[in-house]
Amino acid sequence: MLRFLVRRLIVALLVTATVLTLAFALTRLSGDLAISIAGPNATDRDVELVRKAYGLDRPLIIQYLSWTGRALIGDFGESYFFKQRVATLIGDRMPITLTLGLVGLVIALVISLPLGILAAVREGTLIDRIVQIVALVGQAMPSFWLCLLLMIGFGLQLGWLPISGTGSWEHYVMPGIVLAFSAIPALTRLTRSGMIQALGADYIRTARAKGLSRLSILLKHALRNAAIPVVAIAAVQLGFMLGGSIVIETIFALHGVGYLAWESIAKNDFPVVQAVVLVLAVIYIGLTLAADLVNAVLDPRLRGA
Amino acid sequence: MTELAQPASRRRNWRSAGLWIGGTIVGLVLFCALFAPLLAPHDPFAQDLTRRFLPPYWMEGTDPAHKLGTDGLGRDYLSRLIYGTRISMLIGIMTVITSGLIGISLGVVGGFFGGRVDDVVLFIITCRLSIPVVLVALAVVGLLGSSLTLVVLTLGLLLWERFAVVARSTTMQVRHLDFVSAAWCAGASRPWILLREVLPNITSHLVVVATLEMALAILLEAALSFLGLGVPPPAPSWGVMITEAKEYMFFSPWVIMIPGVALFVLVLGINLLGDGLRDFLRTGETS
Repeated sequence: MLRFLVRRLIVALLVTATVLTLAFALTRLSGDLAISIAGPNATDRDVELVRKAYGLDRPLIIQYLSWTGRALIGDFGESYFFKQRVATLIGDRMPITLTLGLVGLVIALVISLPLGILAAVREGTLIDRIVQIVALVGQAMPSFWLCLLLMIGFGLQLGWLPISGTGSWEHYVMPGIVLAFSAIPALTRLTRSGMIQALGADYIRTARAKGLSRLSILLKHALRNAAIPVVAIAAVQLGFMLGGSIVIETIFALHGVGYLAWESIAKNDFPVVQAVVLVLAVIYIGLTLAADLVNAVLDPRLRGA
Repeated sequence: MTELAQPASRRRNWRSAGLWIGGTIVGLVLFCALFAPLLAPHDPFAQDLTRRFLPPYWMEGTDPAHKLGTDGLGRDYLSRLIYGTRISMLIGIMTVITSGLIGISLGVVGGFFGGRVDDVVLFIITCRLSIPVVLVALAVVGLLGSSLTLVVLTLGLLLWERFAVVARSTTMQVRHLDFVSAAWCAGASRPWILLREVLPNITSHLVVVATLEMALAILLEAALSFLGLGVPPPAPSWGVMITEAKEYMFFSPWVIMIPGVALFVLVLGINLLGDGLRDFLRTGETS
């Protein structure tokens, strides 16, 4: 178990180092950063001033090392546009994105777990097919379009929810629903296939033979076993959702990290962009690490891998 | 016996219905993309500011010359929709080719050689998975300026991981089978075995992945274009059409309904085709 843990940690650290490098490389893609920062109307003198001010005249390798060194202790420099520490900016916005991610995950689980179980219990019937069609439809729904549809439906015509902004809990409902849509197909399919497998296992036959009630067999015996991969995927899905929330936050003007990233991309605010990429990647790495460990604890067979 | 066989065959019928529906949708869209100049009733870029926001044929005050109405600049909506299929299909196909090349090479090499090589491949896949795709794609297009080529390249370089995962695991299953051993004994070279023995036997799995990736690429292109960092206007990308119509959606919702439904139906069709192909190929394998 210890060896597994250490190996898994080392891989996670190596992945983090790679992402760190990629995040740095990403902002250097355009060639000369100073020209981009100075803007289209800048003179050569302005560009030179910017280059000095932001330390872009140093060799690339020095810039890389200095940025990496600072990033490791949580210092991402200062935003060009907001004139604020990048770490503070992200720290202020992160609770909103995390809340949105959790709301989305909870909605997704509340919908997909019962649907998956229902489909598994009624495997091959009309209900099973309907559930699978729901999953297909969810997979094909363009999230940005769904945002607009919900705005028209719930926001304008019914007037139940605010169309955009940040503040009360009501601002999280529509973005949460859209975010959940992206996870529902995968979670439903996994619950369904896990339950079908679990229901066919020997211990279920034993439980039936013991004369246990249907509900108890379903929830206590089958679901517990089917839940293991679902929990793991749910953690991974949360990571994807945080990354995917950029589109949804932008449309609903929900001022989370995604919205911050979009603003920064539009304004050529590179320190913020690379920091957000890095932070989201690290959260994802942490979540998958946690999921792997939980899995290894629950299922000793996985530890060899 | 017949009683047992019935549900399976019924399921197969239902599945093959999905295959047919999906195939028809994708085929129709492909037809529109190929023959757009012949099918479109108007020039998709021709503006006519005196005929803005003509409603589609099922509403009042419609113009029979514009079956699906006109947009905010008086451009024919049906023509733009038809030309839009070109962008979606081009993005979908080109992205699948780019990401397929990267992912399949990585996966086959990892699965075939195993050991240290496989560890490296797995590591690369893990790194790729931890990168937030939408954010990085937006940042790249934001930095380098929006163009169709750049969108294809960015998505192709980002969306290969499912190809790699599936190619890797299926290659692992195939490499120990008898016909591969036989080829070794016959003195075949490594590249020969990889290209002529392994690759043809994992193709069916990869085709299914290709449909999934194509659907994803089309959705992402539309999302990027919608945020203004994808295919630049005035190109009639469906994402661009939706973003141009967004301002007016509260007054006339049909302006976002038409391109949105088109996008949804195309992606649904590709997914149905993929699901159907998977089942079709699976039954083919067992029988």
